[in-house]
Amino acid sequence: MRGLIEEDYTTQEGEFVINIGPQHPSTHGVLHLKVWLNGETIIKVQPHLGYIHRSIEKMSESLSYRNFIFATSRMDYLAAHINNEACALAVEKGLQIEAPPRARVVRTILAELTRLSSHQLWWASTGLDLGAVTPFFYAFREREAILDIMDETCGARLTQNFLVPGGLMADIHPNFQKRTKEVLKQIKENFKEYDELLTENVIFQNRTKNVGILNKQDALSFGVTGPTARASGLSCDIRKWAPYSAYSMVEFDEILDEGCDSYSRYMVRMKEMRQSVNIIEQLIDNIPEGDFQEKTKNVIKLPKGDFYQRVETPRGELGVYIVSDGASSPYRIKYRSPNFSNLSVLPELAKGCKIGDLVAIMSTIDLVIPDIDR
Amino acid sequence: MFLKNYILTVYRSVKSLLTGMKITGYYFFHPKKIVTQEYPDNRATLQMFDRFKGEVTMPHNQNNEHRCTGCQACEIACPNGTIKIITKQEILPDGKKKKRLDTFVYHHDMCTLCNMCIIACPSDAIVMAQTFEHSVYDKKLLKKVLNAEGSKLMEGVE
Repeated sequence: MRGLIEEDYTTQEGEFVINIGPQHPSTHGVLHLKVWLNGETIIKVQPHLGYIHRSIEKMSESLSYRNFIFATSRMDYLAAHINNEACALAVEKGLQIEAPPRARVVRTILAELTRLSSHQLWWASTGLDLGAVTPFFYAFREREAILDIMDETCGARLTQNFLVPGGLMADIHPNFQKRTKEVLKQIKENFKEYDELLTENVIFQNRTKNVGILNKQDALSFGVTGPTARASGLSCDIRKWAPYSAYSMVEFDEILDEGCDSYSRYMVRMKEMRQSVNIIEQLIDNIPEGDFQEKTKNVIKLPKGDFYQRVETPRGELGVYIVSDGASSPYRIKYRSPNFSNLSVLPELAKGCKIGDLVAIMSTIDLVIPDIDR
Repeated sequence: MFLKNYILTVYRSVKSLLTGMKITGYYFFHPKKIVTQEYPDNRATLQMFDRFKGEVTMPHNQNNEHRCTGCQACEIACPNGTIKIITKQEILPDGKKKKRLDTFVYHHDMCTLCNMCIIACPSDAIVMAQTFEHSVYDKKLLKKVLNAEGSKLMEGVE
């Protein structure tokens, strides 16, 4: 950790330092990387954080339990629904209530749609980072259709805020099931195009295979989660290990890969998209009838104590830790964000690589910067 | 052996590139399959979904009456102080004093469109409008008064 914080490295002759970011298109936001180079070879990488810190954790301390959820949409903005779900589940845990079955199934469907759209955006930007501009538009075509589902039911494309503690804010839109089925049919046909455009492309394969080797031990000790860890053979899918919402009702595979390199991280996400389609297909015709919301009191007060809930976002494990002193707003909230832990392994992976590989490693770790700073 | 491998690699590489080109070529010759919309040109036909959260509005009926009782539930529910409600005392015909809405101030520039005020409202006085072109040159224009000039509370709403 010492190497991460202190600039204790003095450059030798022939070595130099460059700054990538904070405003560089390949850093997906405002990530600032200080890179020590010898020619083209990376000696050391140091991420600088804090450019997009909005103090969401501190802000939540003055908001009620119903209101603090909206701010988490702005953490990992590509998986806003799943962030909201984590908070809603944590509050429900404190209240010792459970959302009705209808709400749980709809939450799961929306979460998997979110995962699909997030992975599609990742696929688009990975291609873009590695020089393939065309895939970007193909991924956005399907992503737009998914965002239309979100728009129709939740009222917003990205920052949905469709959940309240106890269930959903409103019932699903009458068109929800029909539209979702149409979109899934289209997406399943288009997976073939994805493979032909990028997966089988020789330039892409050469740039990602055997680049950024993350072994299982490192993944474990750096706290890496999500598809990045699963590509190193580390089984860490929260949906399997600690099922929440309706994940215990469905059958799906946890995608594992032993390749450990950027290409296997890519493949894990590609296969996960197909699993998400599989999960939605199992649930979309079986949405139970009934209430969409468990009644809660006007002013929600959690009992004294602490409550922890973790969920699987497209990038890994998100944990919400609420400390309550019995008042109507939380005493302290801590988010364990997947991207912060995943970023911590980047300097380790990039050591010894070429400068061009840094972009490949960064894009296959799939960082979303606002989630790192919060 | 080396030459054979080399030729095989070149063959596979060229094939993989051509496979990708085939897809882009397909869409080049099938322009009807392209889904892109050209936004400012399709303004006349562009329709937002009926739940789309554009801005908070207060519907009035033809007699210039709204449903807001001035109970301030939305003001309390709002996470970032977007809504300010100013009330006034009104003397009813039977001599009782009653709290009534004077001004409903809505700061559109601070609003995150989280829908909390809409679900908190006990009398369905405010709804989300489906407008989406909100850019203005002056920030002051985003501070809006939702109740119309001279409007009253609708009969029968408590």
